[in-house]
Parts: sequence; C-alpha cells; structure tokens
Amino acid sequence: ENADSQKTAFLLRKAWTLYSVTPLSGFRRARLRDYARLLGAFIAAERQKGLAVEVGAELDIKVALSSLADLRGSELDEAALLVQLSSRSQASSRSSEDKPVWLGWFCSVFGDDLSENVPEYFTCLPLFLAHGAESYTSLVGSWFQKTFDCCFRRLAISPLNLSWMVAMWAGCKLDRAASAVELVFSVPRLSQPLDISYAIHPEDAKALWDTVQKTPGEITQEEVDVFMDCLYAHFHRHFKIHLSAAKLVKVSTAVASAHCDGIVKILHSQYLPGVLMLLTELAISQIQ
Amino acid sequence: HLATSLPLPSERDHLRPRIDLVVFMIDIKSKYSLKNVETSLPHVDASFFLGKVCFLVTGVGRMNACSIEMNAVCKLGEAYCSPVLFCELELEGVRAATAQRLVRMLQICAGHIRGVSALSFVSLMRNSD
Repeated sequence: ENADSQKTAFLLRKAWTLYSVTPLSGFRRARLRDYARLLGAFIAAERQKGLAVEVGAELDIKVALSSLADLRGSELDEAALLVQLSSRSQASSRSSEDKPVWLGWFCSVFGDDLSENVPEYFTCLPLFLAHGAESYTSLVGSWFQKTFDCCFRRLAISPLNLSWMVAMWAGCKLDRAASAVELVFSVPRLSQPLDISYAIHPEDAKALWDTVQKTPGEITQEEVDVFMDCLYAHFHRHFKIHLSAAKLVKVSTAVASAHCDGIVKILHSQYLPGVLMLLTELAISQIQ
Repeated sequence: HLATSLPLPSERDHLRPRIDLVVFMIDIKSKYSLKNVETSLPHVDASFFLGKVCFLVTGVGRMNACSIEMNAVCKLGEAYCSPVLFCELELEGVRAATAQRLVRMLQICAGHIRGVSALSFVSLMRNSD
C-alpha cells in the first residue's frame, strides 16, 4: 500500500482544473510512445507559430505519456493516463535537467454508467485534471480533440454538489488533527461583491454529520440537507444572515477542497479513490 | 400584488381585492427561497389548491448555479396538487412567454374564460405532464 501511496503522492496538494471528456475514439494503449512524439511535434509547431505564449520560451518541451494502472475504481475502468510536459533548456541535453512544466491526467473511477453504453472502439476516461499554465492545457486539449475526436468541457460544480462534498468529507474519519471545515459564499446582487467565509471546527462538523447520517457508507440528499440546514441555522442565530440565500462557491476540508469553477485539491491519500469517484460521476453527468 | 412571504399583514385585509391566483416563486440559486415557500404554504387556505396555486421555478438557464434539488420541487408540486412552471427571467423571450402564460392562468382562475374552470384547467395540465 505504501508503494501505491508513493505513486499517487504527486496528485496530492496540487490545484487541479477539472474537465469532462467524451469517449476517445481509436485510442491504443500500446501506442503511447508514438502519441507522445506526435503531441510533442504538435506543441513545437504551435509554438513556432507563436501560439503558446510563454515568456523565455527558448526551451524545448518534452512530452511523456504513461499509464497509471492502479488509478481506477474497478477492472471495468480504464487505467488512468498521465501526460507530462517538461522543459529542457537547449543548453543542456541531459535528461536530469528536465523541469516539469505541466501535468494532466485522464481517469475513470467507477465510471461504468458511461462505459457500459459505449461501443468497444471507444476508450472512456471521462475525468481530466490539469495542473499548470492554461496555454499548455489548451494545446494538449486541442491535440487530443483532433486526434481522438473527443470533446473537453470545463467541469463546473454547482452549490448543490459542493454541499454534498462538504457533508461527505467533513464526516471522514482522520487520524491526524484536521484543518477547519470552511465554506465560502458569494453574496449576489450587491454593488460590491461580498464573500462570506464560514469556518467550523473539524470535530464539531464531524460530530454534527455523525448525528445526521443514519447508515454508515450511505448518504442521502435528506441527510445533506439537514447537515447544511444546521450550519445555516447556526450562522443565522449569530449573524442574522441567511446563508441559504447566498451562493456556495467553495468548500474546504482536511480531505479535499473544491471550487465551483471546477478546481479541486486533494489533500489526503486515503480518500483519493472516494473523491475521484465523485468527480468521475460529475464528469459523466456533464457529458450525458 | 407581490409579497416576500405569507401570511399577508392582516391590517390591510379589508383593502385587498379578491385573490384569484397565488404564484410561489422559487429561485434555483437560493435554498432560502424554497424554505420560504415551504413555510408560507400552510398559510394558504385549502380551497386555493383546487387550481389557484402554481409554483414558478426561476433561474433554470443556469443549472451550474443550482442550489436546490429539482426532485424536491417536483415533489412539492405533487404534494400540493399544483403545477410547476420553469423559466429563466434573464431571457427576455422566456420572460414574456411565461408572463403571458401566467396571465392566461389568471384569466381562467378569475372565471373570465367561458367553459374552463380553474380546477378543470389544472387537471388538464397535470395529465399532460
């Protein structure tokens, strides 16, 4: 299990921008080296045209594609696909001088809802996570869209889904002292935008969730509603403000944090599969 | 007549004209608006639920900002035997069409349309769902 944690450690504590991706057509796992070469050539060509604006861009961009067999829910899921862009200054040709510049990965964790309805020719990896400059994300996305006839869309997370996440994650059992559970609300229709940040002691939040959840391992919409209503009522009692009329834009817990623009950070390796499963589900419902 | 919640203040009861239709507005971006409607509903006399109440869900053009569960709204409509209309107020065309629809319903509820009662109209709407 430690080896697994090491392999996936690079995923933690990074801000990932999320996308939903439609099934890839004609993707062959055996051709990863070819794809890396083709993507590298595409990026070089686009940069020649001056399309990727990176200051100090005399650097060569090297592309590496690899499979992460352990990053999946079940055998029915495709293994995750990792795309790494690193820069190598033209002065040196030693590979030890490569600096990672951009990271992206496709995955599917319990994505059967999508894959069982799709012909064999297609590869289902509905969730894409990117870390690094938007210009590179755009280049990599364009190449994949052209090569495999798929479609990338930014994954937005609604306040309803954010409240599911905070309820689920606040209820997770953690060994170490956890950071506060924080909810950030944006207040609409004001002349100047106002953000309200509501921080709750993690033990209080977990205690509240434990009184609400009836069946361990199962979560219902009613339970999430009760949990959120308690938080709203508590806030209203103290500040006379109805948070339920504001827009929930970000949630943070010791397990993970998520922003409505589709940006997540996963902080705890133990709950990585659970978080990915939820994000896979969101990606699939955006595709369908 | 617009009100932010029910019951209406009793001081003005004698000045108020007859109420033919009650439209409860729920903004999908605001959980508070749903709660508000839920607490206002018990203040409506039971006779209104024979076709003189409807729910109007606004903001459906932006499902990414959704704070309420759509299922809960549909269940509310079923529980109170009243139709649920969906619209996006920010789109002028939809706004105008929805307003026309509501005015039509109001005409029926006020008894201005011969041969169609509020009750027969609402059962027609429910059967077509």
